[in-house]
Amino acid sequence: MIGPILVLDDLVKSYGALKVTDHVTLDVGAHEIHALIGPNGAGKSTLVGEIAGTVAPDAGRVVFAGEDVTAFDPARRARRGLARVFQTSRVVPGFTALDNCMLAAAVTDGSAYRFLAAMAGEKRTAERARAALDRVGLADRADVLAGSLAHGEKRALELAMGLVQEPRLLLLDEPMAGTGRTETERLTELLASLEGEVAMLIVEHDMATVFRLARRITVLISGAVAITGSPDEIRADPTVRAAYLGGEVAR
Amino acid sequence: MIGDALLSRLVRILVHPATVLAGLALTIALGQILGQSFWVTLATRAAILALAALSLGFVLGQGGLVGFGHAAPFGLGAYAVLIAGELGVREILVLLPAAFAAAALFAAATGALALRTRGVYFIMITLAFAQMAYFVFAGVSALGGDDGMSIAGKATFLGAKFLRWDVNTAWLALGLLTATFLFLSRVQHARFGRVLAAARDAEERVAALGWSVYRVRLVAWILAAGLAGLAGALMAEQTGFVSPALMNWHRSGELIVMVVLGGARKLSGAIVGAVVVVLVEEFLGGVTEYWKLGLGVLILAVVLTRAVDLSALLRRTAR
Repeated sequence: MIGPILVLDDLVKSYGALKVTDHVTLDVGAHEIHALIGPNGAGKSTLVGEIAGTVAPDAGRVVFAGEDVTAFDPARRARRGLARVFQTSRVVPGFTALDNCMLAAAVTDGSAYRFLAAMAGEKRTAERARAALDRVGLADRADVLAGSLAHGEKRALELAMGLVQEPRLLLLDEPMAGTGRTETERLTELLASLEGEVAMLIVEHDMATVFRLARRITVLISGAVAITGSPDEIRADPTVRAAYLGGEVAR
Repeated sequence: MIGDALLSRLVRILVHPATVLAGLALTIALGQILGQSFWVTLATRAAILALAALSLGFVLGQGGLVGFGHAAPFGLGAYAVLIAGELGVREILVLLPAAFAAAALFAAATGALALRTRGVYFIMITLAFAQMAYFVFAGVSALGGDDGMSIAGKATFLGAKFLRWDVNTAWLALGLLTATFLFLSRVQHARFGRVLAAARDAEERVAALGWSVYRVRLVAWILAAGLAGLAGALMAEQTGFVSPALMNWHRSGELIVMVVLGGARKLSGAIVGAVVVVLVEEFLGGVTEYWKLGLGVLILAVVLTRAVDLSALLRRTAR
């Protein structure tokens, strides 16, 4: 049995008197798809920031692949195999979809300090980038500027950029936000097809997606973990139903 | 209309870097043939300031780093030449690397701090560091203090008194400008330039991919400063005189004006902008001491018409 890829150990973060992360302890298995849900203001975004390295916790540890990365900046965590897919698309607007993907692929293909060889001529990186675009269904949009892509396409590009990094954990912050029904279903199936290949921690409002993908679900309420369990346990839990899910899971 | 298309094409050719560089070469050559030393001097000055502006244009345009202290590495390059001269070193193949290194070292030390800030704070802190350099050199009486100091003789090239002739200094300046432009054009499309440009537009994204944005920017900052140091060394060689005025914040501002006037997004913009400013200064400056008013009007026109640069403005007016 391989140890968990991500462990959050008693994380605490306060903004003034407001405790946004209240002694959160959580683990994600090596190949697990783990969902993080909770009502608005539950502290999900802060927690994502603490995992990615953009928010420093007041106390507690973030352990990634057996290594304490609490003091690491985002870039260093990414190089350890943590890929983040942003809540709102953060692709480089002036780069083509392919160039965005190459930018992501190049991290595992050597350093930034190449001054003379044109990046467009890097065959191996380009091949990997094209393969990733192909996987998310953007192969024929490779040469379009990322800023001109439709919203759903940007989400797909974000995902391709995450995949091409060959991460050990995909940190997905509301990957389905703002996408249409068919697009959501397509992306969900794509993520499902990745099970066993890469671990995922997925923060998502779309319950159909969450229950389709997740093996375990953690519910965050007021910054604290209310319950962690299988989808069935979450569905059945009365406090969760009262606090958050309401009628949604009852269908 | 065909006329408009023709005019627009003409403007594009006129501001093309190859045209500008060829124009400088022609000016130097004709100046020498016709015995017009003033043309040579003017072209040298334009090439030197274009080199300094180009180095700033690289970090400002590609890196999004609005440094308001680029006169400091420029002046440090000049002081490196002065100090080396005082120590008896007059070999240009030693002077240029020394100027590059002096400016780069300054940028490494100050950039390491400045690059931790953003936006207006970055502008202010780079200005502050440049002012510190200015006052330090203004205070060193052994180097002439406020008044500055003449350099001990002309530089040699492999021992030969190559730079005794101004025209050789001119070719050296133009050669370095051209080489730097070609080099930075390669860098722009290489990994380093792409990561730098991506970080300008989507910093958090680029960091989340695993690129160390801070380090990449610091390297770009050091590189740009080193190149500005080369320009400063050439300026010292051309004028034979070095003073703290080279590091004055006016010059930092002037370099930004050159970059913005020519268009920051294209590398060649800085070269075009520098040549235009030097020409305006020379010819409008000959007519009236209020030449900067003319430059101001030009800048206002560029900004107010929302033309991003001079070539866009010219194309727009041509239409």
